[in-house]
Amino acid sequence: MEFQLTEEQQMVRKMAREFAERDVAPKARELDAESRWPTELVKGMAELGLLGVAVPEEFGGAGMDNVSYALAIEEISRACASTGVIMSVNNSLVCDPLNKFGSDAQKKEWLTPLASGEKLGCFGLTEPSSGSDASDMQTVAVKDGDEWVIDGSKNWITNGPHADMILVFCCTDRSQGARGTTAFIVPKGTPGFNPQPADHKLGIHAAHSCTMFFENCRIPDSLRVGEPGMGFKIAMSTLDGGRIGIAAQALGIAQAAFEKAVAYSQERKAFGEPLAKKQAIQFKIADMAMELDAARVLILRAAWMKDQAVKDKSVRHTQQSAMAKLYASEMATRVTHQALQIFGGYGYSKEYDMERHYRDARITEIYEGTSEIMRIVIAATALKG
Amino acid sequence: MDAATRESFEERARTFAAERLAPAAAGFEADEEVPAAVYRALGERGLMAVNVPEALGGSGAGVVSYARAMMATAQGCASTAVTMAVTNMVGEVVAHFGSEDQKQAVCPVLAGGRHGAFALSEAGAGSDPGGMMTTAVLEDGEWVINGTKQWISHGDTAAFLVVWARTDGAGPRGLSCFLVPEGTPGLSVASHEDKMGLRASHTVSLAFEDMRLPESALLGPRGGGFRIAMMALDGGRIGIASQAQGIGEAAYAEALEFVRGRGGDQGLTFRLADMRTRLDAARLLALRAAVLKERGVPFSQEASIAKAFATEAAWWVCNQAVEILGDQGLVRGGAAERALRDVRVTRIYEGTSEVQRIVISRGALRG
Repeated sequence: MEFQLTEEQQMVRKMAREFAERDVAPKARELDAESRWPTELVKGMAELGLLGVAVPEEFGGAGMDNVSYALAIEEISRACASTGVIMSVNNSLVCDPLNKFGSDAQKKEWLTPLASGEKLGCFGLTEPSSGSDASDMQTVAVKDGDEWVIDGSKNWITNGPHADMILVFCCTDRSQGARGTTAFIVPKGTPGFNPQPADHKLGIHAAHSCTMFFENCRIPDSLRVGEPGMGFKIAMSTLDGGRIGIAAQALGIAQAAFEKAVAYSQERKAFGEPLAKKQAIQFKIADMAMELDAARVLILRAAWMKDQAVKDKSVRHTQQSAMAKLYASEMATRVTHQALQIFGGYGYSKEYDMERHYRDARITEIYEGTSEIMRIVIAATALKG
Repeated sequence: MDAATRESFEERARTFAAERLAPAAAGFEADEEVPAAVYRALGERGLMAVNVPEALGGSGAGVVSYARAMMATAQGCASTAVTMAVTNMVGEVVAHFGSEDQKQAVCPVLAGGRHGAFALSEAGAGSDPGGMMTTAVLEDGEWVINGTKQWISHGDTAAFLVVWARTDGAGPRGLSCFLVPEGTPGLSVASHEDKMGLRASHTVSLAFEDMRLPESALLGPRGGGFRIAMMALDGGRIGIASQAQGIGEAAYAEALEFVRGRGGDQGLTFRLADMRTRLDAARLLALRAAVLKERGVPFSQEASIAKAFATEAAWWVCNQAVEILGDQGLVRGGAAERALRDVRVTRIYEGTSEVQRIVISRGALRG
């Protein structure tokens, strides 16, 4: 890894930044305050190819690499974390597995409109009583002739209320444990597939999530993704990529808070001089800058390794993705906390962005694998040697 | 520098560290000495002048090779690594700022495994070298140097020392840099420090009493000393970040083996995960700064970030390793016990963590 972005990567970052600063940032506070789904921004991202960044052009994607993707997520999240995760879910959790594991027909019928942004997807793994322990799922799919019948529920499904399809994971053979899990595409409007009203959350208010009920929901076998029993492997491989997206989202949130705190420290005076003249504030700024960069290099490495894995199937980036996600998400909590502190009372006020960044950061330590799961993954890989 | 060269330097250092340094490091510490033969062997492997041009006897292998070799060496023996770091730094300074004669006199000797020393700090001037008191006065075509220097690694065994002194009034612009060969009359070792860690490396204070040097001993332009020091330290910080990372790896490795052997619940394995993550971040930050330096673009901010992050991360890792090892982690001879003592100074020398934060916040506030 050379720590130098290619021209193409720089171009993607510039394009994402321009869009984020022009179209996304001015709306972020309002989207948050009103918990409004950013229809127009999702459309804007689709037009720029941001909903299928690393998907080959033949399947409707932008045909860029995963480093470009991480940079774009960071830029969008720097403006609005909700918009960032909407993008991340469609790219990492839906397009990526369909590209890797989907049949030719599925790539044509589903991946192509999803990557081009004509359709939007969501990812259904978590259930009310199985989060970190994903293989312990209760949702079942039973084969009935050439159809599968799905029963159960999934929750915390980001993009759920607006998605045109869900990639859902079901138990198809209880006796096989994790190896009895299978992935399916369920189109919106399928009888028996019922998205519930949007969740009320601490942060990322504009990225609607919901619970999904499946009741006697019948889909054809042609919507099964991968072989029966491959579901858990697909889910884990998908999350290895998704964690890069969430890490980049966390980095974007923290970067936004940091930049605003740095600017504020130079304007705001206390004891006769700008805050930035105080060493206590300078040292906070230095700590934030260091932690941001540590997260940045861990994310770039994970994305770079995922790009190597595209070329060489023997390359694994599970541990590197987990490190990037663990560090970046916890960093974002610390950095937004300190940035809010520099803002003092104004940081706590809804009139400014700090409290939003602080709330938005928190989820990054939880979804797509909690910090605890990341530590299990990292330690298990290390101990295996 | 191509990837294969970098790999081969790291590999060379790693093999040497595993075979010759790690098994002997506890003994080096007990003797308070790393045998000269070890440094000659490092010299034979091109590790004492990694980023010095080949024409001057160096390896010409670049900054990234150097950083990677430093991490590998420090994992074997931190004391050996600090001497390697200072010698590489002195070699680079002379190669960069020296006259042709100075380069030819110094670089091949250091590349062969003799030590270089970097005499900047004084009792009253550490983080703020602008406050130094050592003076150099030009008298009858000779420089006459008076003063004392403190915390000088291998000031007693160095073949060549770079010494900073005040030539032109107060402030940083009054400082110049001199090249001093061993045995110069007027130079003496005033005391040896008895240190917490890095006990196999020497740290001395030096006294200069009417030490006379020819005019040609000036290194770089008169009044240019501060700039040379800052440039050297920018690069030096990559070396120390790498050294700290390597020390952290040694402690981590012992803790990892311990947990592997005895099993451990999440109270231990989660620590290992955090240790591994911070060591990886430290390695990547050090390598990023090295890549920038090698490319010839500004890297001062990145070097400071690497140094502060890596040294603090490594200290934390060493401390956690001792925690995991329990009583065993407190017994002399163990890698983690030594690492915890050795690593502490990396947060102090070549710019304390506080100085790094001043540099980093300045960069961030400039935007």
